[in-house]
Amino acid sequence: MNYAASAHPDITAKLPGWRATVLFCVLLAGFAGLVGRAVYLQGIHDDFLKKKGDARYSRVIEVSAHRGMITDRNGEPLAVSTPVESVWASPQDVEADRGQIKKLSQVLGMEMREVQNRLFNISRDFVYLKRQLPPDQVEKVVSLNIPGVLLQREYRRYYPAGEEAAQTLGFTGQDDNGQEGLELAFQERLAGKRGSQRVIKDRRGYIVEDVGSLREPKHGEDVRLSIDSKIQYLAYRELKNAVVSHQAKSGSVVVLDALSGEVLALASYPSFNPNNRGNSGSKAMRNRAIADLFEPGSTMKPFTVAAALEEGKVSFNTVINTENGVFRLGGRRIHDTHPEPSLTVAQVVQKSSNIGSAKIALSMTPKALRQHFSNIGFGEPSGSNFPGEAAGKLRDAKAWRPIEHATISYGHGISVNLMQLARAYTIFANEGELIPVSLLKQDIPPEKKRIFSGRTVLAVRDMLEMVVSAEGTAPLAQVAGYRVAGKTGTAHKLENGRYIDRYVASFVGIAPASRPRIVVAVMIDEPSKGEYYGGQVAAPVFSKVTGAALHSLNVPNDAPLNNVIIPSANIVKEEV
Amino acid sequence: MLRSGNGLNALLVTVVVICSLGVVASQHKARKLFISLQQEKEQAQQMEVEWGQLQLEQSTWATPRRVGEVAEQKLQMHVPKAEQVKFIRVEPSGQTKKQP
Repeated sequence: MNYAASAHPDITAKLPGWRATVLFCVLLAGFAGLVGRAVYLQGIHDDFLKKKGDARYSRVIEVSAHRGMITDRNGEPLAVSTPVESVWASPQDVEADRGQIKKLSQVLGMEMREVQNRLFNISRDFVYLKRQLPPDQVEKVVSLNIPGVLLQREYRRYYPAGEEAAQTLGFTGQDDNGQEGLELAFQERLAGKRGSQRVIKDRRGYIVEDVGSLREPKHGEDVRLSIDSKIQYLAYRELKNAVVSHQAKSGSVVVLDALSGEVLALASYPSFNPNNRGNSGSKAMRNRAIADLFEPGSTMKPFTVAAALEEGKVSFNTVINTENGVFRLGGRRIHDTHPEPSLTVAQVVQKSSNIGSAKIALSMTPKALRQHFSNIGFGEPSGSNFPGEAAGKLRDAKAWRPIEHATISYGHGISVNLMQLARAYTIFANEGELIPVSLLKQDIPPEKKRIFSGRTVLAVRDMLEMVVSAEGTAPLAQVAGYRVAGKTGTAHKLENGRYIDRYVASFVGIAPASRPRIVVAVMIDEPSKGEYYGGQVAAPVFSKVTGAALHSLNVPNDAPLNNVIIPSANIVKEEV
Repeated sequence: MLRSGNGLNALLVTVVVICSLGVVASQHKARKLFISLQQEKEQAQQMEVEWGQLQLEQSTWATPRRVGEVAEQKLQMHVPKAEQVKFIRVEPSGQTKKQP
């Protein structure tokens, strides 16, 4: 249609002048808008575009940091992190045929169906196929070269000492964080902190320039323990033999350096393999020397005697009337297995007489006795800072009935852990000072706390040496070539508040007696093959561990090598 | 005036071109060096990893348990019995004397 022809010929086509002006203004405003936007983008809000530009080639990459090593006192590695690769897939990008999947599942040691399900699970963008593979398997996965199947570096912790120190060291979780034991206690120091770094990558993904570090990676510190891996091994080996041969429920051994309070060995049995935990139960993971409480039994007697010596109530040769084996107190009866009309204080310790110990305790007030026990560190944590330590119970003296006053003197009605007991014996290993225990190697001498006078300690140490003589309760604790001193303990176990006929056998000793270097504490829970006395079950473990540890530490002999005298008669049994 | 101006311009252009080529060349060199630095770093890390693994391997071979087993079973060694041990005392003079 021709509009021009149909238009009225008389009307001149005159446009109003304002239309041009309006159009001009609109264009001008539009232009000004553009200029303004450009100025805004380039000048004022310039970081936006810069960011967009950077996003094309600049990347922030994570810089991994490894977890620190745990070593023994001589620098032998006890826990080492080493990188391993985890295989993961991004299901949306996976392209693989049946043959490749079959090969992949063989390399990974997984069911083909399982692999297939994970690879083609489109609802997820990230799925682990297998975590923490050894290097040779990783190489095979790489050689398959399946698109969408990728590797991620992770760290895995290895424990060369295996089950020997498993509960002491603890373990880490999948993410390399400490979960138990010392791994947990020193998490702060051991853990590395990941860093991040801004880099420029080229088209092919190579890093071409390092723009700057956003966060420096911090590698974990190494932690040097006080543990001596040789002694740890010896202690574990002997403990295991004893627990197995006596069909006991469990056991633990603590070896302390008598001068520095450093823990040289800390072993518990049953144990687990920390390199392959599988489904080992929490029973095997318990560090029984620290987390388990028991009634110490007669191993308390030396402290009762030392307190009485200190208070001036008795002396080494004071004769105690031991009532021919039965002593009535507050309607209860205290027994001795070997009835004697009377014993000296030293013999009370040597023969482990309950009546003698009770009478010595009764010569002191409950308050004084309790104060001594509390000073020695019973009823409070041992200061080892081990996670999950059970502090033990020492009741208020005001609540003691007379019978309790008597029984606590020989270790009933009080609960301790083996570490506390071992630490308490450091008092007898030096001139009467309590040494704080440490699981870390110490370079400076520890701060000691005076508990008893030197005279008291030397007297008690002589009594403890009599315990391992042929007339004492623990001739089996003797060590060839060394003089040793120690005390047996055999205690009924408590069940639902009543004492039952199952026992805890223990022995705590110091060696060499002439110039103590180590304190060794042994505890065997519920030996059930007939023998259950501390002198029969725990003392042999003490003897073997002590002998081997003294050799390993190069301690000079203080006795001829033929000093061991095994009595022909039955071992003197102690009352329990 | 015009002529010398042209000459100067030409000279400046040449200088600018040379400078910019220099920038490009040095940038390229820097990147190449950076890449090799990166490779060295990676190698260093690789070596550190290997060092850790070797340490691990060594301590696994040298556990007291294994040493004991090899000594006893393969090499037929045992701890000397008490009667097999003789003490030798070193006198201050340097002479040795057998103990009974």
